[in-house]
Amino acid sequence: MSNSTIGSRLSKKKNSVQSHYDRPNTLSSGHRACQGCGEALAARCAIDAAYHATKGNIAIVNATGCLEVFSCVFPENAWNVPWMHSLFGNAPAVATGMAAAMRAQGKNVRIIAQGGDGGTTDIGMGTLSGMFERNDDVLYICYDNQAYMNTGVQRSSATPILARTATTLPNAVYAGNEVGTGKNVPEIAIAHRIPYVATASIANIKDLEEKVAKAINIRGAKYVHIHVPCPLGWGYPTSETIKVARAAVECGMFPLFEAEHGKVVGSTPIENVKPVEEYLRLQRRFAHLFSKNANPQAVEELQKIASANIEKYKLSGGIANV
Amino acid sequence: MSKSSNPFAIVDDAGTSRANKTGSWKTMCPQYVHRMPPCNATCPAGENIQKWLSLAQEGKIRKAWEVMVNDNPFPAVMGRVCYHTCERACNREQFDGAVHINLIERSIGDIALESEWKFETPKEHSGKKILIVGAGPSGLSAAYFLRKFGHEVTIYESQIKSGGMMRYGVPRYRLSRAVLDAEIRRIIETGVKLVCNKRVTHLKNEIDNFDAVYIATGAFMAAKTDIEVKGNSCTVIDAVDLFKKLENGMDMPNLGKHVLVYGGGNTAIDAARTALRLGAESVKIVYRRTINNMPAHKEEIQDALKEGVEILCLSCIGMIDGNNVLVNKMDYDEENDILSVSGEKDIIQADSVIFAIGQSIDEGILDGIDGIAVSEKGVIEIDKNMMTGAKGIFAGGDVVPCKRTVTHAIGHGKKAAKCIDAYLNGVEITQNVKPEVANFKKLNTAYYKKVARAEIQKNQALSFSESDISLTERELIGEAERCFSCGNCFHCDNCYGLCPDGAIHKAEDGTLEIDLEYCKGCGICASECPCGAIKMTS
Ligand SMILES: Cc1cc2nc3c(=O)[nH]c(=O)nc-3n(C[C@H](O)[C@H](O)[C@H](O)COP(=O)(O)OP(=O)(O)OC[C@H]3O[C@@H](n4cnc5c(N)ncnc54)[C@H](O)[C@@H]3O)c2cc1C
Ligand SMILES: Cc1ncc(C[n+]2csc(CCOP(=O)(O)OP(=O)(O)O)c2C)c(N)n1
Ligand code: SF4
Ligand code: SF4
Ligand code: SF4
Ligand code: SF4
Ligand SMILES: [Mg+2]
Repeated sequence: MSNSTIGSRLSKKKNSVQSHYDRPNTLSSGHRACQGCGEALAARCAIDAAYHATKGNIAIVNATGCLEVFSCVFPENAWNVPWMHSLFGNAPAVATGMAAAMRAQGKNVRIIAQGGDGGTTDIGMGTLSGMFERNDDVLYICYDNQAYMNTGVQRSSATPILARTATTLPNAVYAGNEVGTGKNVPEIAIAHRIPYVATASIANIKDLEEKVAKAINIRGAKYVHIHVPCPLGWGYPTSETIKVARAAVECGMFPLFEAEHGKVVGSTPIENVKPVEEYLRLQRRFAHLFSKNANPQAVEELQKIASANIEKYKLSGGIANV
Repeated sequence: MSKSSNPFAIVDDAGTSRANKTGSWKTMCPQYVHRMPPCNATCPAGENIQKWLSLAQEGKIRKAWEVMVNDNPFPAVMGRVCYHTCERACNREQFDGAVHINLIERSIGDIALESEWKFETPKEHSGKKILIVGAGPSGLSAAYFLRKFGHEVTIYESQIKSGGMMRYGVPRYRLSRAVLDAEIRRIIETGVKLVCNKRVTHLKNEIDNFDAVYIATGAFMAAKTDIEVKGNSCTVIDAVDLFKKLENGMDMPNLGKHVLVYGGGNTAIDAARTALRLGAESVKIVYRRTINNMPAHKEEIQDALKEGVEILCLSCIGMIDGNNVLVNKMDYDEENDILSVSGEKDIIQADSVIFAIGQSIDEGILDGIDGIAVSEKGVIEIDKNMMTGAKGIFAGGDVVPCKRTVTHAIGHGKKAAKCIDAYLNGVEITQNVKPEVANFKKLNTAYYKKVARAEIQKNQALSFSESDISLTERELIGEAERCFSCGNCFHCDNCYGLCPDGAIHKAEDGTLEIDLEYCKGCGICASECPCGAIKMTS
């Protein structure tokens, strides 16, 4: 069947790791993520894919953040793979050391560093850039929920413009996070000309798995940036995590692409491009943009970003992923 | 707790979070359910369409056929003549065109005939004898199901051949007689005693030899008209009489070159297209209301127009005077459904006029049986268990109030058989509660790709051989794959793969189970189930 489901009883060959009855379940049940957490889902999918692609030869270092906190509350731990936590800002540097240690011991254990958007785009930026620049043999995975969720939804440099967070409350002067701010880490990673950069979404698990599986076996620095909606911080019903993720992809706000050695090599075209408004309206963090006195220009600003992505990454009928 | 035997710096053991039973957080609870697919809900024969489509998707054609004939012993016939209400209800209609259920049914029915698949003959015998009057679709369907229950079945049929209106109504170019004969034969071979050429004149005289009776005599009599006919240069005949003569190959009237058909239903269309095939140069349907009000199915009207049939709307036949047919033009107030004569008149030359204005039932055979009532509308009254006012005498199909289609007739046959069986065993029929319908809103269509519907290929030549062509096995599997599987899990693994808490287990054989100890009740599984097979309850 040509349907885009996780698995299929008809064509077993093309099924995802997540559909296997004996999938690794690297992140096990009992973790304390909120109901409907996109980050928890993305982490299991990504690490299961890496585990599958390396026959279990992985080790992980995690930056501080929701993922770290909800997966290891002493004395319990949800990980079924070697995993450690060090600090909020130094996961890339620790991973560099772990990769060197593995090389020195002659072990073929692939190293993953992971963290939230805050840990990646803000406080971890220095160590991450160093890891890229030295082309250390590490896969870095960023789980982007677009704010500091673990400490109560404060703005990060990955927070979209005009979004409401605890530190960007809409007021008379600002309609949420200031227009013109923000940092695009996948682009920064590409600028380091590392072997592999990709974006992924929990709305497309097969694509996510393929990208992680490809990245983990490449030598050198790799970066995978995953869009993970957060029901608590974004304000939508817990059942709509995938719906919100899908809407972000379908309007162009979150483009899916791959880059190698500094060049974009492929993107996932959007079959039916939707207006950004459909995505925004699902979330309370953008609700003020649709209130009675809202300035319609605000939605236009976000639409510009989506449209620019569609153009830049050729998302309407562009270069299809192989 | 961490073990003391762990190496330095290893604090917790792997996966110990399982001690934390997060299932206690939930306020809503997911549950796997079976909802009623809209196609199944509207099939007058009660077929489990979704189920047989799912087997066809897997290439299990034989199994698919077995599921079909569990509810309907005539798949090849139905695939040709059924008006397919299922397709109008199909959720895919709101997406990219209904699944071509009817064409798949036809194609599977044909494979079964080519492969000579048979029905099982009953192993046990109940010792009960049942008389069925009429070997139309309803009588034959009842016979098939009664045989399954192990009863002895006798059918008395007045015509030379069995099949009822499937033979004496539906023309050959829509239903090949080889197909009809083969599907009837398969039923008879389960041990049904069929006596043709035996007209029951007084049912009262027959019933003593049987434990129960099913009246399935249909509506075989031409409805009467009071239109005046002068002279005999114009052939005037009822459509059903014409079909009967054509089928039996006897006393065929000469229709001539210019033919008028009076009526607006499917019978009128069939009569017009038949007249063309018999060599008429011009065929005009005369109908009282507008073309949009014609009770005939749109597809049939289109086919007739394509073949060259003309339709004269807002017209009533006033009188037939030799070869001059007087036609009164009508005014029609569509909103209030009021027809009135406009005053305008027309004379049309015709060699023959075929009446297709409906059929009525033959009440005569019921004389002398106490309790059987015929309603004002001229059909036999029955209770919810298909029994007439006379104990042990049941009735169904066109002879009782119903939509008058082959499919309803077959459905009645099935239901009557169940009711007769219950009656003979002295038990009550329990009506099982129907599950909630899986309508379009219950689906998540983001996971389905648009695929064009398989259309019917047609033979263009104007003849009595069948015009429509069945799909090959590969084509039919492809079309079956378009089915959404509404309301019933098709093992896409979305719920299993997308649960953030890993709270769904999948067994090696694919069986899914929700682990309520860890499920937090987020509802993602239910939202992302493409076919609406998960329900959140509080
Ligand atoms: C021209 C025409 C085309 C049609 N096309 C379609 C179509 O495409 N699709 C569709 O779904 N429906 C169609 N219909 C309607 C459909 O054929 C009928 O609704 C259906 O056949 C009714 O089935 P039945 O078994 O109740 O009665 P019938 O099919 O009428 O069968 C009754 C049987 O009982 C026999 N009988 C009657 N009286 C006696 C007696 N006293 N003793 C013994 N036997 C007796 C008759 O000879 C006949 O064989 C069409 C009808 C006509 C007239
Ligand atoms: C050096 C330091 N500063 C601040 C904190 C507090 N802190 C813990 S988690 C967190 C936010 C994490 O945000 P992000 O990286 O986006 O991950 P998320 O929780 O959103 O997944 C902060 C500020 C800390 N642990 N260490
Ligand atoms: S706050 Fe958001 S990211 Fe953190 S656990 Fe809850 S849902 Fe997940
Ligand atoms: S998609 Fe399939 S199950 Fe749903 S209504 Fe159509 S045929 Fe029936
Ligand atoms: S997705 Fe998982 S946690 Fe959420 S309701 Fe379904 S089974 Fe429960
Ligand atoms: S999501 Fe897929 S596997 Fe789960 S119940 Fe629905 S159809 Fe079945
Ligand atoms: Mg974050």
